[in-house]
Amino acid sequence: MHEFTLVLPEATLAAMACIVLLVSVLRSSRSQAFTFGVAVVAVLLVLAGLAFTFPTNSEDAFNGTFRADAMGSALKIFLMGIVLCSFFYAREYFMHRERLMEDFLILALFAALGMMVLISAHSLLTIYLGLELLSLCLYAMVAMDRDSILASEAAIKYFVLGALASGMLLYGMSMLYGVTGSLDLGLIAKQTVEAEDHILFIFGLVFLLIGIAFKFGVAPFHMWVPDVYQGAPTPVTLFVGSAPKLAAFAMALRLLADTLNGLSDHWQQMVLLLAVTSMAIGNIVAIAQTNLKRMLAYSTVAHMGYLFLGILTASSLGYAASMFYVIVYALMSMGAFGAIIILATATNESDQLQDFAGLATRSPWMAFMMLILMFSLAGVPPFAGFWAKWFVLKEVVAAGYTWLAAIAVFFSLIGVYYYLRVVKLIYFDRAEVSTAIPDTTAGGRLVFSLNGLTILVLGLFPGSLMSMCLAVMLTHTG
Amino acid sequence: MILNFPILSATIWFPIVGGLWVICSSRQVGHTFARWNSLFFAVTTFLLSMLLWYGFDTSTADMQYGELFPWIGAFGIDYAIGVDGIALPLILLTTFTTVLVVLAGWVVIEDRFGMYMGAFLILEGFMIGVFCSLDAILFYIFWEAMLIPMFLIIGIWGGPERVYATIKFFLYTFMGSVFMLVALLYIYSKSGSFSISSMHDAVLSLSEQKWIFFAFLLAFAVKIPMWPVHTWLPDAHVEAPTGGSVILAAVMLKMGGYGFLRFSLPITPDAAAALDWLMISLSLIAIVYIGFVALVQQDMKKLIAYSSISHMGFVTLGFFVAFQVAGATGDLSQSAMGIEGGMIQMISHGFISGALFLCVGVLYDRIHSRQIKDYGGVANTMPTFAAFMMLFAMANSGLPGTSGFVGEFLVILTAFKANVWYAVLAAMTLILGAAYTLWMYKRVVFGGVGNPEIANLKDIDGREKLIFSALAITVLVFGVWPAPLFDIMGASVDQLVDQMFRSKLL
Repeated sequence: MHEFTLVLPEATLAAMACIVLLVSVLRSSRSQAFTFGVAVVAVLLVLAGLAFTFPTNSEDAFNGTFRADAMGSALKIFLMGIVLCSFFYAREYFMHRERLMEDFLILALFAALGMMVLISAHSLLTIYLGLELLSLCLYAMVAMDRDSILASEAAIKYFVLGALASGMLLYGMSMLYGVTGSLDLGLIAKQTVEAEDHILFIFGLVFLLIGIAFKFGVAPFHMWVPDVYQGAPTPVTLFVGSAPKLAAFAMALRLLADTLNGLSDHWQQMVLLLAVTSMAIGNIVAIAQTNLKRMLAYSTVAHMGYLFLGILTASSLGYAASMFYVIVYALMSMGAFGAIIILATATNESDQLQDFAGLATRSPWMAFMMLILMFSLAGVPPFAGFWAKWFVLKEVVAAGYTWLAAIAVFFSLIGVYYYLRVVKLIYFDRAEVSTAIPDTTAGGRLVFSLNGLTILVLGLFPGSLMSMCLAVMLTHTG
Repeated sequence: MILNFPILSATIWFPIVGGLWVICSSRQVGHTFARWNSLFFAVTTFLLSMLLWYGFDTSTADMQYGELFPWIGAFGIDYAIGVDGIALPLILLTTFTTVLVVLAGWVVIEDRFGMYMGAFLILEGFMIGVFCSLDAILFYIFWEAMLIPMFLIIGIWGGPERVYATIKFFLYTFMGSVFMLVALLYIYSKSGSFSISSMHDAVLSLSEQKWIFFAFLLAFAVKIPMWPVHTWLPDAHVEAPTGGSVILAAVMLKMGGYGFLRFSLPITPDAAAALDWLMISLSLIAIVYIGFVALVQQDMKKLIAYSSISHMGFVTLGFFVAFQVAGATGDLSQSAMGIEGGMIQMISHGFISGALFLCVGVLYDRIHSRQIKDYGGVANTMPTFAAFMMLFAMANSGLPGTSGFVGEFLVILTAFKANVWYAVLAAMTLILGAAYTLWMYKRVVFGGVGNPEIANLKDIDGREKLIFSALAITVLVFGVWPAPLFDIMGASVDQLVDQMFRSKLL
C-alpha cells in the first residue's frame, strides 16, 4: 500500500481541521451551527477513512516513524467516536453561554490529530510530536474560559507540570538514544533484548515511565488531575477525561510492551507501585470531595490504577484487559461529565454534588442513566464497568498476583462508597430547588441516553468487545 | 421434560421484564392498573415456578430444566442455568414471598408506587437467577445485581435512618462478595472453566482450599449473616419498608446458606472439614448470644432481626456439624440429615420471619411505631390478627406441629450425635426463642388496652387476611407433613454429602 494511504485518516483530519478554522474565521459569528456541522462532518470523514483503511497486518510508513496496525486503528475509531460525542455535549453547554464554541471545536480537532499521531507513533520523535500537539491543545482548552480564576489556575498548573513531564520524557528518550543510537522503536527493542541490564536503559525507562504516568494521571503524578478537572469548563473536562486516555494507553503499550519488553522485570515492579498508590489515593481522597467534577477526577486516578494492573502482567491477555478497560472507562467518564453538562444552566455549572439532590423526581430518565453510570464506575454488575474490573483482575490472578487482586478489590470497596453517595443524593434526597431540567437539544439528550445505554448493553453482552480487544492484542504482540 | 419452552429462563426474565414494564407504565396509567399489573406478573411467576415443581424429577441429583448458551465465548462463560433439589425449594420460596410482598404493598406505598413494585419484581428475577446459575460468573452477576434494587428499596421507602442502613447493607455485602470474586478467578486459573460443576472437581491443595474457604466464608457469612458480621442486618431490617424486610429475611439471607451448599462444601471439602470447629463455634455463638441479645430489644423489627440471626445459626450448625457426626457415627446418612435439617430450617424460617415482619408491618401501618412499649392489648381490638400472630410467634419458638419445629429438631438431633454439648447449647434456643418471641407477643397483644390509639385500631381486612392465611397454611402444612421437601432435596443432598467426603488431597 502506498505510504500516503496509511496516513489517510490523519491527513483528512489535518485538512478538515484547517477547513473548520477557515470557516469559523470567514463566516460571521452567528453561524455557529454551520461550523459545528463542518466539524461533525470532519469527524465522520475521518471515521469513514479509518474504516476504509483498516489494516489487516501492520505496515510502516515514512521510514518506520509511523505504524499502521489493527490496534492503532481500533483505538482511533473509538477515539473519534468519543470526539464526536463530545462535540454534541459541548453544544449543549455552549448553547446556554455567550462564549463561542468554535475555539473548542478547532482545538479538539487538532488535539485529536495529536492523539492519532501518538497512537500510531513508531519512533521516539513521532511519539513526542503527537504528545506535544495533543498537550498544547489541551492547555489552551483548559484556559478557554479566560474570566475564570479557577480555569486560569488549572491551565497554568497543567502547563507547568505538563512541561516538566515532557522534559522528563525527553530526558528518558535521550538516554535510550544514547545507548542504542536509534530513534526507531523496533531497533531499540532489538537492543534491549541483547543488552538486558544496561544501567542507562533502566535509567531511561524510569524517566519514560514518569512521562507516561503523568499523561494517565496515576499517583503520585496525579497532582494536575483534580485542579484541571474542576477548573476547566465541563465540556473540556469531558474531553480531557476521556479521549486522551486512549492515546496514553497506546503510548504506554508501544513504549513498555513493544520497545522495552526486554526490561519487563524492571518496569513491572514500577507499574505495580504506581497502580497500588493510584488505587489507594484516588479512592480514599475522592470520599472527601463535595464537587462532583473533583470527585470524578480522583475516581479517574483510581481507575487508571486498575488500568495499570492489566499492563503490569506483561502478557497480551493483560494488555487486552487494559484496552477493554480504557475503552469502557472513556465511555463511562464521558457519560458522567455529560450529565453535568446537561444539568448546567447559564448561571449554575451544576458541578456540586448537592446539585444532583432529588434528580429522580426532576427527571426519572436522567436519574436512571446516572444510576447506571455510577454503579458501572463502582464496578457493580451487570454494567460494563464490572467487566472492565473483572477482566483486569482475572489477568492479574492468572499472572500469579492473587494478593494484588485482593488489594485491588479492597480499594474498589472503598470506592463504592462515594459512587453510592451520588445515587443516594439522586434517589433518596429531596431537591433543594425544584427546578426543571434546563432546555436540551434532541441531539444532546440522544447522545446522553445512548451513552448510558451503551454501558448497560456492554454490561449484558461484553463478549464482542472483549473478543475484539483480544484479537487485536494477540496479533499485536504476535 | 414436560414442556418445550425454556421454562427456567422464563421464570427468571418474566418478572424482570414485568418490573421494567411496571416502572415505565405506572406514570401514565395510575396506581390501580400498576397494582394489578404487578400482581399479575408476581402470580404468573409463582405459577411458572409451580410448573417447575410439577415437572421436577425427584429421583435424580442431576440439574434439571438445563439451558446452556455461550455468552462470552472468549473465556468460555456460558449462560448456563438449571435447578436441583437444593435450588428448587428456594425458588418456590422466592416466588411465593414476592406475591405476598406485592399484596402487602398494595395500598401502603404512595410515593413512587410503580417503582416500588417494579424494584421487587426485578429483584425477584435476580434472586431466582442466583439459585439457578450453573456458571460462576453468571451467579456472581445475579448475586451482585440483586443489591441494586434492594439498595433503592431501603433507601427510598425506608425509615428515618434509611440512608445509613442501606449504605451499610450495600458495603457489607459488597465487601464479602468481591473477595469471593477473587476466589472464583483463582479457581478458574486452576481449573480453566467457570462452570460450577467443573469447579467442584478442581484439584486444590489444603492451604489453597483454606484461603478460598475464607474468601467464600466472608461472602456467605455476611449474607446469612453469622456472628460477628451480622450488624448490618438489624439496621437494614429496622429501616426497610415491610416488603423489604420480608424479602431480606425470607430470601436474601438464604443466599448465604445456598452459597455454602453450592460453593464452600463441594469446592473446598477438606478446608471445610478442617475448619468445622470454627464454623460450629460461630454458629453456637449466634444461637445463644444473639438469642440473649434479642431478649432485650425494645423494637419489634429489631427483635425479629436478631431472632433471624439466631435461627440462621441453626442452618450453619446443621451444615457443618455434618463432618463431626460422620466421624462420630461413621454413618453418612446422619450427615445428610444435618444438611436437610439446615435446608428445612431455611425454608421454614423464610415463611415464619416473613410472616412476623408482615405482622409488624400491619401494626406499623396503623400506629406508625415499632416500639413494643407503644402497644399493649391489641388482642382486644384486633382479635383475628392476634390469632394469626400467635401462630407465627409459636412457630418462631419452634412449637411442634409448625414448620419451625422440623428443622430445629433435625439439627439438634444431628448435633446430639456429634457432641452432646453442641446439642445442649443449640437446644437453649428452644428456651430463648420461646422467651423473646412470646414475651414480645405478650407485651404487644395481651393486657389491657394501652392507649387510645390501640382502642381505635381496626382489625385486618380481607387483603391482609389472605396474606396471613396463605402463610399460616404453609407453616402448618410443612410442620405436619414436610415429606414433599425431603423428596425434592433427598437425591441432591446425598450427592452433596458424597462430594463433601471425597477428599481433594492425594
